[in-house]
Amino acid sequence: MTTAPAPARRTPAGDTGSGVHATARVQAVSNGRATTLPLLHGDGPFHLRRLRPRGGRARVCVIGAMSAPLGGDRLAIDVTVGDRADLEITTAAATLALRGATTDHATYHTSLRVGDRAGLRWLPRPLISACGSNLRQTCAVDLAPTARLLLREEQILGRAAEPPGDLTTRLTVRRDGRPLLDQHTAIGTAAPGWDGPAVLAGHRVTGQLLIVDPRLEEAPVQPHLLGNDPAQGQGALVPLTGPAVLITALAPTTVHLHRLLDHARSLVPLGL
Amino acid sequence: MSRAALLVLADGRFPAGGHAHSGGVEAAVASRTVHDTATLHAFCQGRLHTAGLVAAALAATAAAGHDPLELDEAADARTPAPALREVARKLGRQMMRAARATWPAPELDHLARHRPRGAHQPVVLGVAARAAGLTSSDAAHAAAYDSVSGPATAAVRLLSLNPYDATAVLARLAGDTDRIADRAARTAARVAAEGTGALPAASAPLLDITAQEHAAWPVRLFAS
Amino acid sequence: MHLDHSDDLSPAFPRRHTHSAARPTRPDGTRRALRVGLGGPVGSGKTATVAALCRVLREDLSIAVVTNDIYTREDAEFLRREAVLPPERITAVETGACPHTAIRDDISANLEAVEHLEETLGGLDLILVESGGDNLTATFSRGLADAQIFVIDVAGGDDIPRKGGPGITTADLLVVNKTDLAPHVGSDLSRMAADAELRRGGLPVAFTSLRDDDGVRPVADWIGTRLAAWTTGSAA
Repeated sequence: MTTAPAPARRTPAGDTGSGVHATARVQAVSNGRATTLPLLHGDGPFHLRRLRPRGGRARVCVIGAMSAPLGGDRLAIDVTVGDRADLEITTAAATLALRGATTDHATYHTSLRVGDRAGLRWLPRPLISACGSNLRQTCAVDLAPTARLLLREEQILGRAAEPPGDLTTRLTVRRDGRPLLDQHTAIGTAAPGWDGPAVLAGHRVTGQLLIVDPRLEEAPVQPHLLGNDPAQGQGALVPLTGPAVLITALAPTTVHLHRLLDHARSLVPLGL
Repeated sequence: MSRAALLVLADGRFPAGGHAHSGGVEAAVASRTVHDTATLHAFCQGRLHTAGLVAAALAATAAAGHDPLELDEAADARTPAPALREVARKLGRQMMRAARATWPAPELDHLARHRPRGAHQPVVLGVAARAAGLTSSDAAHAAAYDSVSGPATAAVRLLSLNPYDATAVLARLAGDTDRIADRAARTAARVAAEGTGALPAASAPLLDITAQEHAAWPVRLFAS
Repeated sequence: MHLDHSDDLSPAFPRRHTHSAARPTRPDGTRRALRVGLGGPVGSGKTATVAALCRVLREDLSIAVVTNDIYTREDAEFLRREAVLPPERITAVETGACPHTAIRDDISANLEAVEHLEETLGGLDLILVESGGDNLTATFSRGLADAQIFVIDVAGGDDIPRKGGPGITTADLLVVNKTDLAPHVGSDLSRMAADAELRRGGLPVAFTSLRDDDGVRPVADWIGTRLAAWTTGSAA
């Protein structure tokens, strides 16, 4: 955990460098009363800032120090929440995937591990897939049996009046070593049919909230439909196989998306 | 392997309950996102590259002899909508019934005994293919084709679409279907070494959302 | 992996996924419920016949019903609303716009429904499987129904028996319903009886008017006879 690579510098525009290689690391532990952060390691485009704790929960904000990810970048964030610790991570701004100096794809790996009786709120701002960009994202979550998770993921497909780039996102959540949710979304030229009536049907903003909480074992949540006019966005809240709820929404704009997600969030009566 | 056995398994008349399911097309027709041949093509293409790929990989891996119970668990993780999990298990039960009658095999009995409420249909399809002496690639082709032939047939009934046009959609997707099946079969070879995490997990958000909507309709032609 | 054929006899997994009605016994050796299919054109009174049969037979027999609706689960809803049986005894099968497929070509969903009722209710004597209203060609697979009844009505025209078709000619019992309407629609009952006799080569025909008290009695009696033969194992 202490042998992180040295921060990489963005090569000047036009330089056909191999892109930025950077891994940010956060480790949160509980001292019995509150959560402390023995490791807070920014790297490359990731600057990590401690925010004022709320209750016993430590809070960290990821501040993008340069434009990333660009083609060729290899970015990673590695978060470990120890047993009984409580952590929230946000980002200061949307992440903008752009075409880099090379046509090579960029990668962005997020790894989240949450221990027993620990909680993680992973609430980044949206990812914007700009025209010409090529990003492969993964988010691997490993949860202990009694871990709690609130995870948000939002994507904006193209800036105003442009088509999106190529984007793939794999979200893999394992709980107690068993698969709980495995989802791979792909948009752009490499994903035939992605914009058609089976997949996105023209929606340009997508969002998901995943809630995992052992308390859902006793108080299961019923499926619920979101939105009553597809032109204003549509979505569903569904229980997974396990104490987990997934909220998925598609919308024309982020305003519409947040209306759906906020409503859905209010249907899950858990203080997370 | 017998090529004719693959035709038996992949035949739309194979009595495994598929005829009562539209693969999401009934909901798409209701929302008018599918209304003609072109939109049916787009729908089928999207379904093939998402749900079809996952089904083909599950079937191929089951046909390769991988533990079907572990694949069933992987299928659950790849099927967030409870309506679709229920449909997959119901169709799995019906596929199991037809398969045990057609190609009796201890491996089918084993899966039926451990999943009395049904395993996910592509997993059963894969075990059935194995019982029929078919390969991983055969199972993948059957599952991939199944992911588009059902919706195309349903669209004919729902839209009074010209059946020649609907069949032409399937023919135009044949190349895509082969590629998806090949990809799925290659995955099956990797799962033995890397575990079920190597299985594709391609998701189609609208199929998930509209399946949940469709399940709540009081009036409908198709069960899903 | 534990793989052997005794899986089939597991108490946790008795006889599910059978693929034919040909196996007439339960795991304990007793005869399973008799499965009777009811088919016929739209509006001929299939659902009304099922409801009347339930009312007449439910005191003496343990009954369940499977409906095959074309669109919606309306027939099942009707039977539940009429409270002819407790709701858990009525199951609807969805047929994807092809009711004849679900009872003849691909019977898997109906077998699922029938076996589910047998498993959850236990000790059933009779299961009525009602087809979705279709045309004159629809018949039940022998893999699904042990016996089948075809219901037509006089208002559909008195030439229907003469026209024949698989339902008319091969059903184990032909029911000509709504005889009370015959004078009003100009249908000749004796002609219908004669044509049916000719077409069916001696297979039985019952004339019913469900408006009459106990109007369904001829059908109920026929089922009683079949059931007696079934239970003693003297008929398929």
